[in-house]
Amino acid sequence: MTRIHVSTTVNGDATEFLCEPDETLLDVLRERLGLTGTKEGCGTGDCGACSVTIDGRLVCSCLVLAAEVAGCEVATIEGMADGDRLHPLQQKFLDHAALQCGICTPGFLVAAKALLDRNPDPTETEVRYWLAGNLCRCTGYDKIVRAVMDAAKEMRRA
Amino acid sequence: MALDKGFDQPRKFKVVGTRPLRPDGIDKVTGRARFGADMNAPGMLVGRILRSPHAHARIRGIDTSKAEKVPGVKAVVTRKDFPKPRPDLADIMDNVMAGRKALYDGHAVAAVAATSVHAARKALKAIKVDYEVLPHVTDVDEAMKKGAPLLHRGRSDETVPAGFSGNVMHRFEYGHGDVEKGFKQADLVIERHLKTAAAHQGYIEPHACLASVGPDGNAELWVCTQGHYMVRNTCAGLLGIDASRLRVTASEIGGGFGGKTTVFIEPVALMLSRKANKPVKIVMSREEVFRATGPTSSTSMTCKIGMKKDGTITAGLAELRYQGGAYPGSPVQYGAMACFAPYDLKNVKSIGYDVVTNRPKQAAYRAPGAPMGAYAVESVIDELCRKLGLDPLGVRLKNAAREGTRSSYGPTFNQIGLPATLEAAMRHPHWKAKLGKNQGRGVACGFWFNFGGDTCVSMNVTPDGTVTLTEGNPDIGGSRASMTMMAAEELGIPYDQVRTVIADTSSLGQNDVTDGSRVTFAVGLATIKAAREAIKICCERAAKVWGIDPDAVVWEDGHAKPAGPNAGKFPPMSLKEIAAIATNTGGPIAGHHEVNAEGAGVSFATHMVDVEVDPETGAVKVLRYTVFQDAGKAVHPSYVEGQFQGGAVQGIGWALNEEYIYGADGRLQNPGFLDYRIPVCSDLPMIDTVILEIPNPGHPYGVRGVGETSIVPPLAAIANAVSAAAGVRLTELPMSPPKVLKAIGAARA
Repeated sequence: MTRIHVSTTVNGDATEFLCEPDETLLDVLRERLGLTGTKEGCGTGDCGACSVTIDGRLVCSCLVLAAEVAGCEVATIEGMADGDRLHPLQQKFLDHAALQCGICTPGFLVAAKALLDRNPDPTETEVRYWLAGNLCRCTGYDKIVRAVMDAAKEMRRA
Repeated sequence: MALDKGFDQPRKFKVVGTRPLRPDGIDKVTGRARFGADMNAPGMLVGRILRSPHAHARIRGIDTSKAEKVPGVKAVVTRKDFPKPRPDLADIMDNVMAGRKALYDGHAVAAVAATSVHAARKALKAIKVDYEVLPHVTDVDEAMKKGAPLLHRGRSDETVPAGFSGNVMHRFEYGHGDVEKGFKQADLVIERHLKTAAAHQGYIEPHACLASVGPDGNAELWVCTQGHYMVRNTCAGLLGIDASRLRVTASEIGGGFGGKTTVFIEPVALMLSRKANKPVKIVMSREEVFRATGPTSSTSMTCKIGMKKDGTITAGLAELRYQGGAYPGSPVQYGAMACFAPYDLKNVKSIGYDVVTNRPKQAAYRAPGAPMGAYAVESVIDELCRKLGLDPLGVRLKNAAREGTRSSYGPTFNQIGLPATLEAAMRHPHWKAKLGKNQGRGVACGFWFNFGGDTCVSMNVTPDGTVTLTEGNPDIGGSRASMTMMAAEELGIPYDQVRTVIADTSSLGQNDVTDGSRVTFAVGLATIKAAREAIKICCERAAKVWGIDPDAVVWEDGHAKPAGPNAGKFPPMSLKEIAAIATNTGGPIAGHHEVNAEGAGVSFATHMVDVEVDPETGAVKVLRYTVFQDAGKAVHPSYVEGQFQGGAVQGIGWALNEEYIYGADGRLQNPGFLDYRIPVCSDLPMIDTVILEIPNPGHPYGVRGVGETSIVPPLAAIANAVSAAAGVRLTELPMSPPKVLKAIGAARA
């Protein structure tokens, strides 16, 4: 197979890569760009561990072909903190002990940020439905929901 | 090591009981933490495994010649490449790579290592396996019948009575008294048959490892596991190499819940690497996780309980039949031991049958075996309470096991927390809250043994007086925070001056797997003991400086101090000051502790849940959930709450949705998260928690493990709530909408 040359932006940085036509964005992020913060839990779009945004839209990167992101802005967990300043969501996940094993955490953070970018004042129900595509097996979601609500509150104050 | 004396006047803790941020937190919220699949090595090959499409088939031959010729393929492995295993590893070997027969859909039969995923896939397709398909059995009741297809011959032991098929491996029995006599004393006796489906642990991180074996016989393995010492010992045994040659490093682990307490891909990756002389990485797909790693048992159970009008339980009898997949070792023994453990019973008997079927070998799942047995017992108790018009919490408290109770499985309990959880439940506003139409409330109790086991830690004081704690148990839910807290507490220094790391297998002695809710208890105990050893050395150093007897020095608030006015007047020396002059007073300061920890302290919980049943669709919505559990002493309450909440929600999934569905062909029909549906955020309410603290006499701070008990009561608590809401007793899990609807329809008819 002939590889495809793709020019894109990842976490604000101009990025180029070569990929196979059938290669997913998830595989390119992890295997070619070294961005292993995005996780693979299922490879079928059911668990949300591989959540990233493309031009601000939340997607499962395991369901996106890498070649599709040419000319797009891709944002991953690695781009969420501002230098050594954590994003309020990251800080609230720590404060609320909203993670146990942490494998689903990057996906939840990316998904939650996509929610708060659209809706800075979500209800608990809105948070629960928005995050229904992200599976967590450790926490029972209680502390995750609290962390997201608290981060939203703090971001509204800022 | 006993609870520190004077615990009836509760010790005032400075660090234990607070909620500091976890030390690995930043790595986990920024994507920096390295899990199993996140490691690479130069020249690394991709490993892939070929799996049986048949539930049961004789393997007449495997032709790998074409696969070996695929460009990029560097090694092909089948069972023939492994040496004959030791008897104690024979089943593990056969599960890792099938020998004479494939015993379940998904059973590994061959593996390849290649330079690319494409080449590996092509090679798998080029392997020709000559199967002779055999009749199969996946249902536990069918498997027990004479004439059922047999997986193994001649493996039933002498405990199995005549009349059963050769798939029944072992029969267990526990109890005391005379149950028949007890039933005669009862005012009401109810007997029920109940079934539960196999549920998978459902960790979000698939199994992954990176192996590297050199021609010199030295081997390295990076792996996500609950126990890298177990991985080392097992893999070394299977490969026929010395354990010291194999250094295993545990990655961060993306969930386990018992499912990562054995080996699957690791010996295969090592064998491929040895053959190819290159590093080999294997990452399972989610489908492989479902088809080929251990869910828990599916079960069929009969439970009979007698009760007097005043709520006294006169006798309890349970027969538990658990299929554990293709090899002996279902957790039915634990189920039989645990099912009646919450109660003080004069007449009790539990019988367990360990049965093999053509399913993947079950693996431990959080309190293995206990939730199903508790589901049976707690369902029947609930029905008795309803029919006799009794308060289900009151009846449970009346019959509750207490200090001095001879347990149904033998030992006599010491200080235990079941009555405290029931009393807390009775006082809680949840118990009095009003219910609406089609809504019901259920309660249930649960028990788990807890475990201690082999533990080895090393605590090193650095020259600047900060401390590294080295332990050997993968941190599966925040345990590094708990260890750091206990080290800081004992040393009397701030939390942020201790760093806890999980060492590889070459750095410490044997450590048991992160299982049995053992880590906070056992590793915590060893940490405290190691700290006390380091403190003793610090006191000796201060004594040396002051020129007094070491016995005349005490350790308080992170400082060595003269024990009293007679010892002399010297200003206290901090750990920092003592560390700074360590070179001149005798050398580095460290504490170690090695122990097979005993006294884990049993654990009890009571759960309360409200549900609403939609009579049109049979769908169940969980409205409110409260967990009451004894933690002994909650080291980091946030992570204790997290264990309570996580266990409860796994139980909700098991009760309402999750099940392994097999077709008539014996193939798993739902090997993915779309069709094997674990609870999602929008399914659930907040999960309220109440932490009780009844100190464990076996730990210096009174700590009990908390990880597993929380999954024991939910199946029954939810079944009791659904039965109350639907007005009909449900006796089969999961209570998915079609089943609930059918039960409602049958009750109306």
